[in-house]
Amino acid sequence: MKYKEIASQIRYTLCDVSSKTKTPHLGSCLSCVDILVSLYWEIMNIDPKAPDNPERDFFLLGKGHAASALYTALAYRGYFSIDSLYEHGQTNSQFEEHPGIHSPAGVETVSGSLGHALSLAAGMALSTRLQRKTNRFFTLLGDGELNEGTIWEAAMFAGGKRLNNLVAIVDFNKLQGTGESCEIMHLEPLEDKWRAFGWHTIRIDGHDINALISALSDIGKYDKPICIIADTVKGKGISFMENDNNWHYRIPKAEEVEDAKQELSV
Amino acid sequence: MRNAFAKVLTELARDDDKVLLYYADIGNRLFNPLKEFAADRAINAGIAEANMASMAAGSAMMGHKPFIYTITPFTTARNFEQIKIDIAYQNQPVVIVGTGSGLSYANLGPTHHSFEDIALMRSLPNMNIVCPADALELEILMPQIIELNQPCYFRIGKKNEPEVHPTRPDLKFGKAHIMQQGKQIAILATGTIMPLAQELQSALIEAGHSPELVSFHTVKPLDESYLQTSQDRFKHVITLEEHNERGGFGSAVLEYFNDQNSQVAVHRFGIPDRFIDQVHSPEDARTKAGLTLAAISERLKERGVL
Repeated sequence: MKYKEIASQIRYTLCDVSSKTKTPHLGSCLSCVDILVSLYWEIMNIDPKAPDNPERDFFLLGKGHAASALYTALAYRGYFSIDSLYEHGQTNSQFEEHPGIHSPAGVETVSGSLGHALSLAAGMALSTRLQRKTNRFFTLLGDGELNEGTIWEAAMFAGGKRLNNLVAIVDFNKLQGTGESCEIMHLEPLEDKWRAFGWHTIRIDGHDINALISALSDIGKYDKPICIIADTVKGKGISFMENDNNWHYRIPKAEEVEDAKQELSV
Repeated sequence: MRNAFAKVLTELARDDDKVLLYYADIGNRLFNPLKEFAADRAINAGIAEANMASMAAGSAMMGHKPFIYTITPFTTARNFEQIKIDIAYQNQPVVIVGTGSGLSYANLGPTHHSFEDIALMRSLPNMNIVCPADALELEILMPQIIELNQPCYFRIGKKNEPEVHPTRPDLKFGKAHIMQQGKQIAILATGTIMPLAQELQSALIEAGHSPELVSFHTVKPLDESYLQTSQDRFKHVITLEEHNERGGFGSAVLEYFNDQNSQVAVHRFGIPDRFIDQVHSPEDARTKAGLTLAAISERLKERGVL
């Protein structure tokens, strides 16, 4: 399958899993699918058959409420079966609504409380450098997550220490839990902010997989960490969900899943 | 005690290149000996304690044995959620060092006091808690904490704490250390309050009692085997700590005896449930908190112990 088709398959499965397991945050999941496909199919040094390989690259999900997007990408990449995704949020499931310590191999950290992943990744990146190892670290942050002060503590530290084995990708879908991200906090000019904190920063279309691959390939190229501001659409790929923030929490009905399937041509 | 911490840390880091220190822009020249041979493992994380706690967890995930170090309220309360999720829930072997605990920084006011920290850390699954009474206890227990390879809160003092042991004690993590055997009354103390516990011990002896004196350096896991046997040996158990009387070491002891339906009377002494301010020294602060021999004796008389 080509990457766009993989992304469409993932988007359909996200809708179906959300509908059948009654789990929310579909809009947040749909906005970051192309980023995950770029990472897991093209950029990261990973092997689903050897998920604990000590030399692997690490992906850390900051916006833990998009757990389903991560689980689904990992399933399509071959870490575990697609059927197992339907255990999402059920009793004793490995697939908790936020990644936990029982998550399957491939999920690197606990997530759910915002503003932790970049700090964890900064510590991991620093320790990797101190031990002269080659692992690389990719974190995905929500734009709402940038409200958290720890993001900027970590950004200052990583910029100061010039951690060039670290990439932060901002899933800039412009909508957080209850409103527009740029109205709730003074986010823009976002590129200038990250640059001022010592990061090589670029802004791209977060649904353009070629542009994502090109930007992510630059890891290690500069003497500093990289921030990719990925302009995305919340609910991307399903017209009646796009930019409708009700889908932060809404669960699709069976007929809506069918509509999504048709629209995604899967 | 912080000098002893820096000394032992330097020795540990010399023997083990996985030992790492994050500090939140304090210590001035304290860590210079460490920096002489391992500058890259003495990391000033800036005045950003929440980030520091998570970074330490990240370092532990990559094989390091990190310490995080700053003044107690900033390394326990300020970053509590990072400790809860990244260190405790993920069960990462980070040693959280709170220096100047309790009322050590008395004159700096409530911003720099910590008498909620044991309560906070006690409430976290996977977390161990060790409170050395003096520099010697610190020196003996710190290598054991590294061996533990689990999350641990290490609650230490500031400087010039009196030595409480006449000879080198055989301290074991998780085991109460009996400093003086006794009967009827036991004094259980944790951390730098021990000299006051010794004053109380002397006063009780003068009054004709034979109190047992115990250093409870490990608050979690609580040495329940000691408490189990003490039920039959003592009528009164007195706990001392430089921490809120609610939620700390004394509460842990009380909870244990309650759960055992024990008849032992527990008398908790610590900081009352109010902020201690407008003070100029630790002694002044302890006086305001009722942590003096006179105040404790008075309360013990009211309770019919003396």
